[in-house]
Formats: sequence, C-alpha cells, structure tokens
Amino acid sequence: MIAALPVSEHFTATRNACKLCTPLGACLAFSGIEGAMPFLHGSQGCSTYIRRYMISHFREPMDIASSNFGEHTAIFGGGKNIRLGLANVIEGYHPTMIGIATTCLSETIGDDVKMFLHEFRKDHQGEALPHLVHVATPSYTGTHATGYHDAIRAIVDVLAQPGPTIKGVVNLIPGMLSPADLRWLKDVVTDFGLQPILLPDYSDRLDGGTWSEYKKLPPGGTTIQQAARMGQAEATLEFGFTTNEATSAGTLLEKKFGVPCSHMGVPMGVALSDALFDKLSQISGRPVPVKYQGRRGRLIDSFIDAHKYVINKRVVVFGEEDLVVGMTAMMAEVGLKPVLCSSGGKSKKLGESIRAVAPEIADDCEIHEGVDFEEIAEHAKQLEPDLLVGNSKGYKLARELNVPLMRVGFPIHDRIGGARVLHVGYDGAQTRFDSIANGLLEMRQHDSDVGFTYF
Amino acid sequence: MTTTDILEGRKAHIHEKGAVPFNIACEKQSVAGSVSQRACVFCGSRVVLYPIADALHVIHGPIGCAAYTWDIRGAWSSGPQLHRMSFSTDLQEKDVIYGGEKKLYQALVELIEHYRPKAAFIYSTCIVGLIGDDVEAICRRISAETGVETIPVHSEGFKGSKKDGYSAACNALNQLVGTGDTNGISPLSINILGDFNIAGETWVIKDYYERMGVEVVATITGDGRVDDIRRCHGAALNVVQCSGSMTQLATMMKEKYGIPIIRASYFGIEDMSKALYDVAEYLNDKTVMRNTQNLVRDEVSKLVPQLRKYKKDLKGKRAAVYTGGAFKALSMIRSLRTLGMKTVIAGSQTGNQQDYARLQELSDEGTIILDDTNPLELAKFLEEKKADLLIGGVKERPIAYKLGLGFCDHNHERKIGLAGFEGMLNFAKEVHGTVTSPVWKLAALHRKDVWSATSRQHRQGDES
Ligand code: SF4
Ligand code: SF4
Repeated sequence: MIAALPVSEHFTATRNACKLCTPLGACLAFSGIEGAMPFLHGSQGCSTYIRRYMISHFREPMDIASSNFGEHTAIFGGGKNIRLGLANVIEGYHPTMIGIATTCLSETIGDDVKMFLHEFRKDHQGEALPHLVHVATPSYTGTHATGYHDAIRAIVDVLAQPGPTIKGVVNLIPGMLSPADLRWLKDVVTDFGLQPILLPDYSDRLDGGTWSEYKKLPPGGTTIQQAARMGQAEATLEFGFTTNEATSAGTLLEKKFGVPCSHMGVPMGVALSDALFDKLSQISGRPVPVKYQGRRGRLIDSFIDAHKYVINKRVVVFGEEDLVVGMTAMMAEVGLKPVLCSSGGKSKKLGESIRAVAPEIADDCEIHEGVDFEEIAEHAKQLEPDLLVGNSKGYKLARELNVPLMRVGFPIHDRIGGARVLHVGYDGAQTRFDSIANGLLEMRQHDSDVGFTYF
Repeated sequence: MTTTDILEGRKAHIHEKGAVPFNIACEKQSVAGSVSQRACVFCGSRVVLYPIADALHVIHGPIGCAAYTWDIRGAWSSGPQLHRMSFSTDLQEKDVIYGGEKKLYQALVELIEHYRPKAAFIYSTCIVGLIGDDVEAICRRISAETGVETIPVHSEGFKGSKKDGYSAACNALNQLVGTGDTNGISPLSINILGDFNIAGETWVIKDYYERMGVEVVATITGDGRVDDIRRCHGAALNVVQCSGSMTQLATMMKEKYGIPIIRASYFGIEDMSKALYDVAEYLNDKTVMRNTQNLVRDEVSKLVPQLRKYKKDLKGKRAAVYTGGAFKALSMIRSLRTLGMKTVIAGSQTGNQQDYARLQELSDEGTIILDDTNPLELAKFLEEKKADLLIGGVKERPIAYKLGLGFCDHNHERKIGLAGFEGMLNFAKEVHGTVTSPVWKLAALHRKDVWSATSRQHRQGDES
C-alpha cells in the first residue's frame, strides 16, 4: 500500500458518511425471515428514517415498528412501551418472528431488553407468541454492516435447533447482498443437488411481484422451520472477508451444533466464484454442472473481448467493506486498477483482505477504512480515476470528476433496480464487467471529437 | 386484507364522514408498535431549516440521523449548496460515555474555518438529550470565538413530535430575525414562510409576487439566506404556507414587530389565486391589485384549456391523500376536484382538530379522515374505498404500487414543482400519467384468475 497522499485537512466531524447506522443492518437481516417483522426499541424517528431509506432502494413495502419513546420513556425506561408495542405488532401483523433491535437511545439509558422480553413472555403465558429475537445495536459502536451480522447471529442463536444431521442440507450465510444475488446463490446450491438454507433470504420479500390484495407481511423468506434446521445441516458456507469469524453466525452453528463452517470470500469475480463451486462440488460429490461451465467460459471470453478497453483503467471503489473487497477482486482479474478502496466501516481487515484477493494491485492502491465521502473525494481527486464503483452516494463525486459511476451495493436510490443488481458468481461478474466496459466506452465516445460509432 | 382490525389505540384517530358527528383524536404521540408514518422532532427542525443554503447544518449525535437526511430533500438553492452536505459529530462509544462536548467544539471550529458559513445550526438528537451535553454553551463559545452565529436547535427526537421540531426551528430562526438592516425595504413587501423551494417552487411564487409589484424580502424556508432572514422583520406582511411549521415564527414576529400574518396555499387554481388576492388586498394598493387581477386572469386562462384533456380521462376517479400537514390536504382535495376526481381518503401526520374539522367539511360523505395512520390502515381503506390514486411520500409509494394503483409524490423529495399555476399543470400531468398507465392492467390485482400466487415456486429448500 503506498503511503496515503496528504489530505488537506483533518476533520473531526463526519462529512457525508459512507456508512449507515447499525439498526438499519439489523432490519435488513430480519427482513429475510418469513413472516418476520423488524421492531426498533427506541424513538419513532429512527424507524421512520430507516424505513424511508430502505424503501428508496428496494422500492418495496418495509414496515418497521417502533416502541416509540417519549420523554417519559427516556427517563423511566422503555419497558411499558416495548410491551405495548409488541402486543400491537402481534395484533396488527400476526408475525412469526419479531426482530427487536435497539437504537442508540434505548442502549444508552440501559434498557434491559432481555428482561423486558422475559416479562412479556410471562405476561402472555399460554398464548402462541411469535419468536422474539433480540439484538443490541447501538449505532455508536459500528455501522449498518455490523448490525446486519449481529442480527444474523441472533437469529441463529434463537431459532437453530439441534438434531441428527440431514444429508444434503447446506446453510448459506451470504452477507449483505442484493435479492438478485440471493436468488442466484439458491439456484447454484440447488443445481448441485443440495438443499440450501439461506439466511437471510429477502429475495422475495424485498423484490417481489404485485399483489392481488395487500399483504401485511410480504411473502417469502427463510422459514422458521428452515432456520431451526440450520443446526442439523451438513455444512455451513459463510461469506465475508471482513466479518469477525470468532463471533459469526457460522461459527456459532459450528460451536453449538457441530455444523462445520467454511468461511469464504463473497464470490465476486472468477477466482472467488470458483472457490464456491469447488466447495459445493466437494460437499455434494458432484462435478460443476455443465451450465455453469458454460457461463464461466462466456465470462472469460468476454473479458478477452474487452480487455483492451479496461486495462489499467483507474478505479475508486467504496461502500461496505465486503463489497469493496469482492468488487476489487473481480476488477483486478481483468486488469482494471483499483487505486482507492474505501469504506466507512472499521473492521481493521480491509487492507489484509484486499491483499489476499488481489495481491497484484494491493501495493499500488490506497486503502482507507472509516472514511467519509469528503475524504474519499479528496483522495479520489488526486488519483484521477477513470471510473467509480459504489453506491448512489458517489454520484456527486462522479459528476464532479466527470467519470462514470457503476452502481453496486446499497443504497441505489437514483436508479431503478437496486434490488436486482447481481454482484456474485459468473453472472454477477458478467453483468458488472459489461457495465464497466460499456461505461468506459461511452466515456470515450462522449469525450471524442469524432464521436466514434464503432469500436 | 379487508379483515384488518383497527388497533384499539388507533380507533379514535379515524373518522368516516357522515356516519357519526365529527370527532377525531389527534396531536397525540403515536401508538407504540403501530408503524406510524411519522418521523421525530429532529425531522421537523431539519425540514424547516434545511433550505437555508448558506448556513452550516451540523447534526450532533450518532451517525444515523445525519446519514438518513443527507441530500434527500428537493429544496433547491440559487447559490450556495452547503445545506446539501451532511455534517455529523458521529458520536462513538467513548463520546457517549464521557460526553460529546469536546468533539462538538472541535468539529465546529474546523468546519466553520473551512466552510465559512453565514451562520451555523447545531441539531441535538436523542442521545445528546440523554448524555446532557451543554450544546448551548458550546454554541455561545463558538459564536464568540469565530464571529459566526452558532445556534442550537433543540431537536431530541423523543421529546415530542415533528411539530415540536418545527417549534425548535422557529426558535432558532428567531435568533436571526431582527439582527439585520431594514433600510430600503418597500412598504409593499412580504416574506414567504413555509415554502421549501421544492423543485424551484419558491421561485415560481416569488416571481408571481414580483409581477404583482410586491417586494419579497426573505424566502425563509426556500432558497433561504441568513442575511435575508436577519432583515426580514422589515417586511410589511408574512405570508405563511405550511402553517404547521412556520406559524410560530410568524406569531413571534407579529408580537415583536407587529407584522401581520396571512395563511396561504400555493397548490391548485383556487388556493393559488386566493393567496395572491389576499396579499394584494392586504397591501391595499391599486396597482398591485390590478397587476394581480391581470396575472391571475392570464395564468388561469392559459392553464384551464391545458387541463381539459387530462380532466376527460380522470373524471370520476377516486383519490386518497396522505400528507405531512393537514392544510396541504385541503388544497389537494380542491385540486383533485378541479381534475374531476373525488377524494375518498384524506389524512395527515400532524393535523390538529381545526384542520381536521375543515377537512371533513370539505369532504364528501363517506370520506375517511385519518390522523397519524400506518401502512395497514392505509392499505385497508385504499382497498375498501377502491381508490385509483394515492398522494403521499416515499414511504407510502409501495403501498399504492403493490395494490396496483397510481401514486403521486407530494413530499419534499419530489423533483417536480407542483405549486403555482404551472405546478397545477404538472400535477395534472403526473396524476394523469400514473392513473392512466397501462401497467395496472398487468398487475396481479387484475390477473389473479390466470396466475395464482407463484411465489412459492421460487422458494428455497423444502418445507418438510
Ligand atoms: S439514534 Fe442511533 S439508531 Fe437512531 S438513527 Fe441515530 S444512529 Fe441510528
Ligand atoms: S428519533 Fe432521535 S435518534 Fe432517531 S432519527 Fe430522530 S433524533 Fe435521530
């Protein structure tokens, strides 16, 4: 890693954050369970803002309840509110599970949510209650990615059950991916003759069809039964470069139920996708299905067709750390040059992960954790990139630099189809690569006096 | 879905016109677990102060509140763009434990030095109210040290509703008002309050007033500037739209400077015209009145024929309106009537008794009036009342779309100006475009005989 170029000034304030807050991640994770309802223990504003934000990306209904703190609650604690809130959610929505995440407020006043839930269960003894999954998500200790992973672990902790191993069942814990990614992954595992249990699976719930009548809870998601059977699976595949393996959901399954866990990179690009296919082949004892061999072949063919247009083009990548690592791996494979990899997250693993997946570029690339968009912009301006890869929030910078922005990750709220961006596997690499190559070609056309019509 | 029962705590917030004498609960805290569409105190103050484009807006608290409000609003500026930045002290665990005062101080020193704003607004969010940072003292110190007026906005989310945020914002603005030179301001002058310059709407309105011969001293909450606000107490009249948010500031100015208040709405032909006439009448100047008559005549005669083709298709269609404030809902009902449409549901997040009483007066029999509603109720009534259109904000959009009905964004994130006479034409176009779109014919609602729910097909694993 070359020494960071000097940035003009240091700012104590965060200026245009490249991260969101912890409960948002938890709400996304909870949205992947069938019949589940996310519930924020705190004041109304947080849940409304998070809803609004997620709706602008997924363009799907996104109901998040709140225990709705008032001044009294902040002083005397949220016990009463959470009880009333849960009762109202149960009455209004009939959920199978309520995912309860705390906000900064309830964390800081020190609400004992565990105890509140215990009391709530006692009050409702003999009634069929939904599963209550609780995760502590004070936002001042992490980002939305942290909240996401912690919530997944909490779900596993509550729902997974012991039992004899069921052959062919494979747990897949994919990390913060798009609904399109989740669909793709399910298909792949299924095509190996295995039964995937994907946690979470918001592929239908956050990217569904229209309804003939309004559904209180969107259909789809990992069922409670499936989540229960995660303790009986043959294996777990858990994706993520920067997650803390020691406290991950996959590790929990391994420790609690003896389900062996493979921690793998998020399969973006050829090499990381290959690793996934090898693993699935090994677990299932079957060769890679012919159709994927075909796709892989076409992908590489397209890399060759376009390699000259992308070679050594300088790229700035930003977003969630895992996404940054995966995208960097994929781009390095085709000769693109990520010159700045940056994230608002602070796992302390970004640099090491990038060196692991893309050693060839890592030495010439600035890698920054815990940065905001203004810092990214300052570095980016000095690095003169040809392309930006990241979420919609980079548009301002792309416009300023007059380079294309290839939108990936979350949030994508200035384009249609944020939920349908495919990042993973050979197909994800194909669509991403095509859009990068075409973005660069378009730029050449745009910049040319002649206006080439033929490349 | 029609089986949805209304939560006990919510029943009093719903009224059906005609069925019973008018009575509705409102101005209460949302029911816990009801999935209210409301936001918080911070949201209210951020909304009002956001358009002041040459001020620094710093959000003191953990990152979320700032991140979710980064450049999401459509309040345009004709000059500086500082308001579109998201500054936050991004409190970390140690700040929460030991207090965030030092960090705030440091952050402000650096930001003011770098951005050289005309003034700074410091928003306290939930956590700050809890850990007890003395934001006021820091603001005083910063003001003294930097010479840039730094104003605390007490907007801890849990301390009330969005309305309390409006009030916090008005208090903050009140610190600026009266500090500038009022020399040279015409006696035929006004301030525009409570218009947020969404998609340039304030410019449209300002242009009307100027054509009338009226000087606009400050457009406080739309393309706002600190120096204009400082001298806006020199205007002859305050014209307040979005009364929920700005009445308080106008009242303060009335008490202190004797500036009278006129309430206005710039949506729809009737309300727009009335707003201009009211101002002209108040200023009581022959030329202004003549200019106003000419303006309204010209604009209306240009507009009405253009609306005809939309009206033809929209006649008899049914609309639901769910807005932030209730006053706007009144204008919506009138505008929809202009297009030949009927309003079957009308509601707001923050209306008061008086607003709702007027809403129900204006409504037809059977109209559902809703205070602080939620997705389930909205969906239930949209189905029951067979609405063809929902007017609301981003959070309401998917409810309409899932149910196969049109949607018009009337929130602060929209990119199309709907105010003024030209705004009415945009409104007609937008409503027409969505209600008559062929896509609804393809939606599940109309295809259910052919395609039963197929989502199971895509589901993972087996269910055994
Ligand atoms: S208080 Fe915490 S949880 Fe709520 S929006 Fe702010 S950062 Fe997020
Ligand atoms: S409720 Fe509090 S923490 Fe949440 S968004 Fe509002 S001010 Fe921020």
